[in-house]
Amino acid sequence: MKLTIERAALLRALNHVQSVVERRNTIPILSNVLIEAKDGALGLTATDMDIAIVERVAADIATAGATTAPAHTLYDIVRKLPDGAQVDIETAGDSERLTLKSGRSRFTLSTLPTDDFPVMSGGDMPHEFELDADALRALVDRTRFAISTEETRYYLNGIYVHAADGDHPVLRAVATDGHRLARVEIPLPDGANGMPGVIVPRKTVGELRKLIEETNGGIAIALSETKIRFAFGDAVLTSKLIDGTFPDYERVIPSGNDKIMTVDCDDFAEAVDRVSTIATEKMRAVKMKIEGDQMELSASSQENGQAVEEVGIDYGKEAIEIGFNARYLLDIANQVEGETAEFVMADSSSPTIVRDPKDPGALYVLMPMRV
Amino acid sequence: MTREGPGPEDPGPEALVPSDRPEMEGTRPHLCRDCLADWRAPPARTCPDCGSTRIVGHEELDRLAIAHIDCDAFYASIEKRDDPGLVDRPVLIGGGRRGVVSAACYVARMYGCRSAMPMFKALAACPEAVVIKPNMAKYSAVGREIRQLMLDITPAVEPLSIDEAFLDLAGTTRIHGGFPAKTLARLVRRIETEIGVTASIGLAPNKFLAKLASDLDKPRGFAVIGAAEAEEFLAPRPVTAIFGVGKTLGAKLARDGITRIGDLRRFEREMLMARYGAMGARLHAFARGLDDRPVDASSGAKSVSNETTFDQDISDVEALKRILWPLCEKVSARLKKADIAGRTVTLKLKNRDFKSITRSHSLPAPTQLAETLYRTVVPMLEKEAVGTRFRLIGVGASELTDSADADPFDLADPDSGKRAKIERAIDTVRAKLGDGALSKGRGWGGTKR
Repeated sequence: MKLTIERAALLRALNHVQSVVERRNTIPILSNVLIEAKDGALGLTATDMDIAIVERVAADIATAGATTAPAHTLYDIVRKLPDGAQVDIETAGDSERLTLKSGRSRFTLSTLPTDDFPVMSGGDMPHEFELDADALRALVDRTRFAISTEETRYYLNGIYVHAADGDHPVLRAVATDGHRLARVEIPLPDGANGMPGVIVPRKTVGELRKLIEETNGGIAIALSETKIRFAFGDAVLTSKLIDGTFPDYERVIPSGNDKIMTVDCDDFAEAVDRVSTIATEKMRAVKMKIEGDQMELSASSQENGQAVEEVGIDYGKEAIEIGFNARYLLDIANQVEGETAEFVMADSSSPTIVRDPKDPGALYVLMPMRV
Repeated sequence: MTREGPGPEDPGPEALVPSDRPEMEGTRPHLCRDCLADWRAPPARTCPDCGSTRIVGHEELDRLAIAHIDCDAFYASIEKRDDPGLVDRPVLIGGGRRGVVSAACYVARMYGCRSAMPMFKALAACPEAVVIKPNMAKYSAVGREIRQLMLDITPAVEPLSIDEAFLDLAGTTRIHGGFPAKTLARLVRRIETEIGVTASIGLAPNKFLAKLASDLDKPRGFAVIGAAEAEEFLAPRPVTAIFGVGKTLGAKLARDGITRIGDLRRFEREMLMARYGAMGARLHAFARGLDDRPVDASSGAKSVSNETTFDQDISDVEALKRILWPLCEKVSARLKKADIAGRTVTLKLKNRDFKSITRSHSLPAPTQLAETLYRTVVPMLEKEAVGTRFRLIGVGASELTDSADADPFDLADPDSGKRAKIERAIDTVRAKLGDGALSKGRGWGGTKR
């Protein structure tokens, strides 16, 4: 194998695939990236057995061939090469060493046989549809913060994606950690009708998010009950799904809440951020005292003291005092697109809904804290 | 308070310091526990200011700062406070005929009644005793009031239970305008006048000695163990007086010929460690009156647990689960009564060879519900009970917190709210009609334990 490639193109592709590779691996081959040179392109593949990313980049292929080399080492080398450099990659006949040359640098890396590299078979993926990058980004960003890290409830460690019937068919993404829940929906894309509900694992969501960032246009999605595949222009991400049952979340979304408070979202977020400075690291509780056209945000801690700030609101019901975890409030405020956020409350101990008037497809549910 | 303090015939803590030791002669600090006067004088029996006999004098009195405060017959004292008609009558706190005595007042103790004694035995010893059902909510409220008074004099308060705590008063002399012993005497005086129960103080250079001291002069006592007399004081006492030496370790020590604390002094630290593990190092230090554990304000009750030993070993998971449920209910009841909740749930099993296994799980939010304890502990049991025969099972809740944040509605578990409501409803019925009035089908039937 012998090829020449531009440093920037190689770095970009390596950056995508290397993040799948775990830092510590008991199986040596999983530390490596599969490098395949043929047909005027270089193919890079990395996997952790649950997720595989394959990326193709144009390269000047002198001799076709394939090998595997340590992913992180290779990435670090290419990262440290100067901008605009050309990179020559070569393996000798027996392929036990990979040589990388650029300018006056020269690296020799040990390799492992390509036959050992695990191939993740996608299997049959009968459900296929396409999503706009912006739409997929919105689904991911507005739900991922609520993903649980609780290991025993593994079925909460991802985003639940499924087709649902509201007023019209929608594609829904839902995540919850028990304290908060995020539910976002978009019109159901063609081809998604009849898809099974799937739980996309947190790590996959992270990798996906990075890939979306550099994509414009459409992303082709295919899935079965056990696997999902996202095809971008040059990169393909395939992942296993979480084998579990997501809770019947619709039953926890309250329907009888009648106390609606509207607040300027930026003002609110800044005030919450300031006030919560005083709250202790462990219990980041912020109290909201809502009365008339004013909300008094306050926090106190035995060690630090207390903080109070007033924010103007729109509210027409009886006064209410309710507390929330400041971080949860900020997570949601960050995702609200409109100028205002709408709190729909029942009382100080029941689930509260937060809505984004600008995006009727997004809905957040928050459990209050006792303050 | 109308109670008499120990009379002049009671030698009190003075007896701890043998007067035939020449270095103890001469003047020493004294403190009057009634008028809080302090003075230096040769050993005295009365306060020069107010004439009270409730005085303490000790060579190290003005230097010691670690105290153990223990309320006297706490539950019974509260009941007597609230019903003055009971003051001079024997009072036993405890439930039912088949129950045990949780507290016996000092009058009842004169008849031989003791706490932890079966109620029928206590009543046999003292038939005229007034038996009162424990009102834990009231006792814990009083306990909290007392804790608040303690916190007024130092933040370093380590509660041991509802009615006792360690206090570290080092460095408070200037703030309180007097050495720690004086501040402590003022504190118990305040507990008596403001709350209406009496307490005893043990003052020493460390927690180990302070805990022993508070027991010496009960009730309404003030005992001091100084660093100088610690070894001599400890030597004749049984090793089981050491906190942490229970039945098992006590028996092991006895087999090795160690029954008195003094016996421990014959052994090297390494030897004790080799034989008794980490406890060995502690024993070595304790035998010399040394203890470097700090007064830890963050501690307090560390866990609430309940366990049961079977008549015959059990390996069947379903049978074990049936036994587990009432244990979860008991732990839950105690959490609810104390207004606390646990975030970590622990399963304890002991197999035929007496080997203990513990498995723990942390919950997303603290709980007081039996249902949640059970649902958390069962998967751990199912993992462990793979044909092994067990002789004991237990469940515990730790990482205890205030109940305010306990059992929030779980958005990821739509039925959690309903389950909590059902349990609260059962609790309400039981509170009205008794514990047996209503229970879940779980825990019924099957083989008897």
